[in-house]
Order: sequence, then structure tokens, then C-alpha cells
Amino acid sequence: MPAAELIDATKKYGEIEALIGVTIRIELGEVVAMLGPNGAGKTTSISLLLGLRKPTSGQALLFGLNPNDLHARSRVGVMLQESGVPAMLKVEEIVDLFRSYYPKPMPRERAIAMAGLEDKAGALVKELSGGQRQRLYFALAVCGDPEVLFLDEPTVGMDVEGRRAFIDRIAEFATLGRTIVLTTHYLEEADQLAKRVIVIDRGEVIADATPDEIKSKVAGKRVRFLATGLTDKDLDGLPVSATSIEGRTVQLLTNQPELVLRELFRRGLEISDLEVSGADLEDAFVALTTHKST
Amino acid sequence: MAAALAPTWPMLANQTRAEFLKLWRVPAFSATSLALPIVFYTFIGIGQSSQHIQGSHITFGTYFLASMSVYAVANVMIFSFGISVATERGMKMDVLMRATPLPPLVYLLSRCITAIVFAALTLVVLFPFATVAGGVRLDASEWLTLSYRVLLGSIPFIALGFAIGYLSGPNSAVAVVNLIYLPTAFASGLFFPRQLLPEIIQTISPYLPLYRYGQLAWDAVGAPTSDSVATDWLYLAAYAAAFFAIALWAFRREESRKFS
Repeated sequence: MPAAELIDATKKYGEIEALIGVTIRIELGEVVAMLGPNGAGKTTSISLLLGLRKPTSGQALLFGLNPNDLHARSRVGVMLQESGVPAMLKVEEIVDLFRSYYPKPMPRERAIAMAGLEDKAGALVKELSGGQRQRLYFALAVCGDPEVLFLDEPTVGMDVEGRRAFIDRIAEFATLGRTIVLTTHYLEEADQLAKRVIVIDRGEVIADATPDEIKSKVAGKRVRFLATGLTDKDLDGLPVSATSIEGRTVQLLTNQPELVLRELFRRGLEISDLEVSGADLEDAFVALTTHKST
Repeated sequence: MAAALAPTWPMLANQTRAEFLKLWRVPAFSATSLALPIVFYTFIGIGQSSQHIQGSHITFGTYFLASMSVYAVANVMIFSFGISVATERGMKMDVLMRATPLPPLVYLLSRCITAIVFAALTLVVLFPFATVAGGVRLDASEWLTLSYRVLLGSIPFIALGFAIGYLSGPNSAVAVVNLIYLPTAFASGLFFPRQLLPEIIQTISPYLPLYRYGQLAWDAVGAPTSDSVATDWLYLAAYAAAFFAIALWAFRREESRKFS
């Protein structure tokens, strides 16, 4: 039986279609990253799987059960985006409280240690910094020793250092053989943690494969250079699969880097810091979610 | 699969403890709930505590103790439910709780127990204070009647608290509660006997839930009231039904917005 499953699930908020006929099947033991730009439907997918939202059509199942079934929820730990917890409880108190919701919780000290909050165990929630609070949510998600862990944008708002440490914590939990479903728009997170990446864009699954497969799906090379005042028009007709211009930085994905370079020079564009390299997951992601404007 | 759910009683005990600490550690709630009735009793009740209420043998000190018992308990019910529901909605804690295996009924029950314990605490502080400072003398059965009537009669205010919690925002809840609660407490004669209020208020007050609630308490200590105790209970039952209906409507409205 799959741990979590969406079957042809569609979700409409009024007129807006947040998910369109999505089918996802997550087996026990898998570590899955749901990847996509903001508003792509990642959080909606998680909400359906947790029973926080009802599909407009189709089905959402947790362990083959309705996600609202307490038997299903007892096997699941959750970290949601910006969900508050009572400010006037101590870290150890609220961890104990959440532990009591689950049939076989892990020891309190272990949950607090997994979140790296040992020195804050006696502190009130209101005294925690943003990053510490985020780690507390992680402690609350794992304290029930769940079979499946849902993490919705777990590292949002963290600095680079904090994010790296946090990824290690998630990875540690994954080594216990647990199922992890996380949403993120940080591609390196998906690459580091997940064996499977589901790319969602505009409410649809546009790719579902290993990080490597996704990388290989797109153009092999990335051409990167600096140029001033360059517009999309200057790049018209180049054999590229994706284009991005951010300030002076221009990035192109292509299977024919030599041809692209020759054409760039032929057009006499002022470019500097030219660099050609193999595409990484980030490039693949950009290529997958770039919409042809025509 | 065995032992699929956590045992209910430890869950209820833990949740109740947490709910209690949540309220206890907010002095704006705990200190004011416990202290305000005593402050009011000191300012209004003590000075004339030995004067007799018109047409009865009981003193103003006794009468005002009944008034403040009602004020204190209804205050706890409306504030604890109204503000905590509104606050948790505001910080989306309700969403997280819904994703946990905590049964909603256990959650609700833990809050009710906490509110009742808090309400009882206000009485535990107020009763001895009135006895010592206000010279109140009641026999055991009168203390008992007063206590159970005040606790049982608070049910409509629990419902009112829930309704306010679901209808107002986290920042406006306190204002809404104060705006409703204080004026109606005055108009119901909790601070000054109704006879001293403007005539127009006097004609309205018999229809206020706090007035009916107050009547039960005044009757319990032997003060004269305008209707039979049964009538007062009937009014309160009707208010409870109406407030619960509003709370349920507001709750469902929220459900369909947030969780459908």
C-alpha cells in the first residue's frame, strides 16, 4: 500500500485551478521532493494529502485511508508553512504535548536533539528566534516518530548556514528509513535529500523522476555571461531551450553551445565573463518550467 | 496494525495542562481575571457592605459578592474562549492542530475543563475575600448553591466566547469582548443595583443574559429577584441555544473557507 496517494486530484479555489488532475503515488521509505515555483500547487498537494483541504474531484489517500482518519494521522508528522504555536509554552512542554498525540512517540530529549534545540528546551516559544522556531516545528513534526514526514517549505526564511544544518537534520531522519515528502523551491535541497523529484508547475506534474534523470532531460550545457542592456530580442533565434536574464547576468541552456557562441559573436553583442558548463538541477528546473512565450 | 492511536486520557490530561499554562502565563488574562473582581469588590462593595438591600435581610456586601461571582466567571468564559480561538486562528495554529492526530473533541474538552478550573479559581479567591473584607456570612448550602449556579449558568457565555472567537480577528477580539461585556455587565446591574440605572436601561436589562445569570446568583444568596429561578434558567437556556447556533454557524463558515 502506498504511504500517500493523489489520484486524478483536481483542486479549485473559486475560479482558480490550483491542481489539475494530479496523480502521485508515494511508497513507504521514499524521500520525495516536490519542486515548483511559488503558486505551482505544491502546498495544495500537501494540504490534500493531509486532509487540510478537500479535492474538488479525484481522491487523496494516506495509507489507503481518508487523510482525516486519526489512524492515518497518527502515522504522520507535519511541518507547515507559518503555522504558529502557543507563545507562552516552553519548548519541552509543547514537545511533550505533541508527543502525547502519537501512539509511539520518540523520547522528548531525542526529538529536541534532532532539532538542535537542546539549549533552548526550557525557553518559552516567544523567546525563540525565527530559525529556532522553525526547528521547533521540525521537533514537533518528528516527535511522534512518524512513518511519514511532510515538510512544507521547511527551510524558508533561513540563512544559508541554518539551511545547510537543517538539511542535515532531515537527512538524518531519512536514514531511519522513513518516508519524507518535502516541498521546496530550493533546488539544491531537492538534489541533496531526495531520490525522487516531482516537478509541479501551474497545477500539473510536469516531471517525476530522479534528480539525475531530470538533469539529463534538459539541455546539457549552460552558457553564462555578463552583458549590459541585453533583451530577449537580442537572443531571438538562438538554438536554446531556456533563457534567463537577471540584471546583467544572462544564462542560456543549450545542446549546441558552439553554435550559440558563434551566433552571439556574429551579432556583435558586448559580452564578458563568458562561461560554459554542464547544466545542474537548477538549470533543468528552469528549462522545465520556462513557458514559451509564443 | 496494533496500538494505532495514542491513549485518550493522557492526551486530554496533557492538553488540559497546556491550555491552562497558556492562560496562566498571560498576566493580562490570569491576573485580571483573578484580581479585577476583588478590586471592584474593594471599591464598590466594602464601603457599604453592611447596608441592607431594600426589602430584604441581606447586606450589600453579600449582594455584591453574588454580582462579582457572576462577573468573574462570565469574564473567564468569554475571554478564555473568545480570545484564544481568535488568536489561534490568527496565527494559523488551528491548521497545524488539524494535521495532528489530536481528536477535536479532546481539544474542545480540554478547553472547557481549563475554563471551568479558571472560573472556579476566581471564586476560590473571591469568596474568602468577601467573607473577610465584606463580612459576608452564608451557610454551607448557600455557598454551594451560589457556586453551582454560577458555574452552570456560564454555559451561554462559553458559546458567546466561541462565537466571538470565530467571528472576530485576533487583534479585534479583545475590543469586541470588552465592548460587549462591560456595558452589558453595567446594564444588567452587576455593578450598581438596577434601580439606580437610567429607566431606558432598566426596561432593556431583563432581556440581557447577564441579568438572568445575575438573578440566579442573587437568589442563591437570598436577595430579592424579579422572576422565579425557573424563568431565569429558561432564559439562559434560550441564550445558550442561540449563541451555540451562532458559534456553530461561524465555525462552519470558517471550515468552508479554510478547510474545504
